[in-house]
Amino acid sequence: MHDLDLAGGGSGDLAIDVAMMTRVEGEGSLRLRVRDGVVEEAHLEIFEAPRYFEQLVIGRTPDEVIDIVARICGICPVAYQMTAVHAFEHALHIPIDPQVRALRRLLYCGEWIESHALHIYLLHLPDFLGYASALELAKDHRSAVEAGLTLKKAGNRLVELIGGRAIHPVSVRVGGFSRTFRRSEITAIRGQLTEALDIAYQTVDLVAGLEPPAFHRDSRLVALRHPDEYPMNEGRIVSTDGLDIAATEWLTEFQESQVSWSHALQARDRAGRPYLLGPASRVTLAADQLHPLAASALAATGLADEIRTNPYRSIVARAIELVDATAEAIEIIDAYEPPDQAATPWQPGPGSAAWATEAPRGLIFHAYELDQNGLIRSACIVPPTSQNQAGIEADLASFAPQVLDLPRDQATHRIEQLVRSYDPCISCATHFLQLSVEDLS
Amino acid sequence: MTAPLPVEHSHLSARAGTPRRPRIGVVKFASCDGCQLTLLDLEDELLAIAEKVDVVEFAEATSRRSSGPFDVLFVEGSISAPEQVDEIAQLRSVSKVLVTIGACATAGGIQAIRNWFDHEEIRHAVYPEPRYVESLAMSRPVADFVAVDAELRGCPISPAQLREFLVALVTGRRPQLPDEAVCLECKRRGVVCVAVAGGIPCLGPVTRTGCGAICPAYGRGCYGCFGPREGANTSSLAAWLSDGRNASDVARLFTGFTAWSEPFRKTIDAHGGPPRSAAVPPETTDA
Repeated sequence: MHDLDLAGGGSGDLAIDVAMMTRVEGEGSLRLRVRDGVVEEAHLEIFEAPRYFEQLVIGRTPDEVIDIVARICGICPVAYQMTAVHAFEHALHIPIDPQVRALRRLLYCGEWIESHALHIYLLHLPDFLGYASALELAKDHRSAVEAGLTLKKAGNRLVELIGGRAIHPVSVRVGGFSRTFRRSEITAIRGQLTEALDIAYQTVDLVAGLEPPAFHRDSRLVALRHPDEYPMNEGRIVSTDGLDIAATEWLTEFQESQVSWSHALQARDRAGRPYLLGPASRVTLAADQLHPLAASALAATGLADEIRTNPYRSIVARAIELVDATAEAIEIIDAYEPPDQAATPWQPGPGSAAWATEAPRGLIFHAYELDQNGLIRSACIVPPTSQNQAGIEADLASFAPQVLDLPRDQATHRIEQLVRSYDPCISCATHFLQLSVEDLS
Repeated sequence: MTAPLPVEHSHLSARAGTPRRPRIGVVKFASCDGCQLTLLDLEDELLAIAEKVDVVEFAEATSRRSSGPFDVLFVEGSISAPEQVDEIAQLRSVSKVLVTIGACATAGGIQAIRNWFDHEEIRHAVYPEPRYVESLAMSRPVADFVAVDAELRGCPISPAQLREFLVALVTGRRPQLPDEAVCLECKRRGVVCVAVAGGIPCLGPVTRTGCGAICPAYGRGCYGCFGPREGANTSSLAAWLSDGRNASDVARLFTGFTAWSEPFRKTIDAHGGPPRSAAVPPETTDA
């Protein structure tokens, strides 16, 4: 149905059509048009059916929005919940207990662990080792896949503990959580995370040893940066070329626009330049804030520069973040004392809400207007994949020429592998992916 | 009670003597991918399951593709774009057993809230160039288009129910999927009733169990993501909820992830429809 369809073409011309990308979340295709060795067009086509979330939340309460926006993405619901809840609390001047803040970071660590382990072991590793899926990989390397699943499970159990369930957790409320957590409840998961930390270290060794295609580019990388911690729940928006603005000011620097080939809006900066988000951006822009265990793991790989310039090395950045999130989660658990109350009481009211957090696959921005009754009057939700889309297209255009002389199936494989490097979440792209390279000679 | 599974599927059994493993497909329409992710979230059983069945189509997990035939096809997502109408008909024609998974496939999902709104208006509100984007005026459940043999409810589906369904599949028995109210699960779990003791509005009495009564256990009311149970007395619950609340706040409670299911839809309509934009466009509010 959706098999690769590679049309012929002489050396220097390439026509690849991957009708539907696999091992990504959601539905999309990729189209490349190459003439005489020059890429004329590199398009990510997102045909995920539109769901109109920004309209679905109109007239709803902030707490209802937290439940609704989670459903944008089954892989990173916590990212949507965190971004929304922080935006509302900031707009309504609701103070948050430090232990509640710590629990939210712990919840977010759980999602990072689950999402990164899923992407490394089930979606991306098969590319590097030449398998169609982790299920087939497991036939030859069962213990590796089992280790990945154990890691993923630890992340899921952490989200479940705090959120009630692994997907679309229920406990995040404006002001805090729907319930308090005893210290013994939180510490119960520590042993599972200690085991996960060992696997996270081994994961860094495993993926740092993978041979990436030679490809170097100097892309604009963007991430949050926080003075005291590795970016997750909050920070300023910074870039590799010196940008430094408040997270609430995303709209002053960036904008979304629509292209004919995609259901996803594409974000670029106001000068029209693409940029890239995600683990490689964060590891590049906030390496000094990594947990000491993650920082030493990164130093041991000697790959910090390559992570910045070769997108195929993003799998290493993701593994470094697995160490970081797991080590941080253990520290949060050890320092946890129950807050006095589950949530700070608050009153609904009007306001302008905006915030950005770091989803596993990159910076996510939300803005809401609240009417006089405290209900949503307008919403702007900018997922990471919408922002990465133009940057991925730019990388594809510069990478494609070097695979022109490869057999078609290998060329296509390398290109798909590149796209997966960004862990594109197409369902998320609220408004993403399929591969098509067309012979124009 | 058991869920309806009218198709005799013992021929799908992977037990000794059965010549081949059942061919399984997982496909999606409009959705968040969370329900199919639940399959990958069965970390302890995933590799064992993969030995008992032949996963021939599951784009999120494998680059091997198949357009059928399928012994069992799991369908996630609602039908909400023109081409999906033909796709689901085609998939039905090559599937022995078709199983819908999750609130989108079984009830239209959260995106079905748009069914109450003006389609052109919301297309223009979200997309500067709506002509590039095709969608149907309504987001509808799969059963509105093709026959469905079994359904797994929830937003997302329950890992325990999925596990039960898969074990039943490979052992050739009927899956046990209860159709009782969340309230019973709550009682079994020993959770104090959030509605009676806490005055918190809760859809537990009219909602099918399966989640494990998570919301009440976490100090909040059920918001109905498994949808209405058989014979749900929504009007009685709505009358009880109306005490001290205006109609629009009652409608609000039912306007969630299974809002388009018939009993919830009727209750919403009887209470003035879903929450609407208090939304005057921002530029005209200060006139």
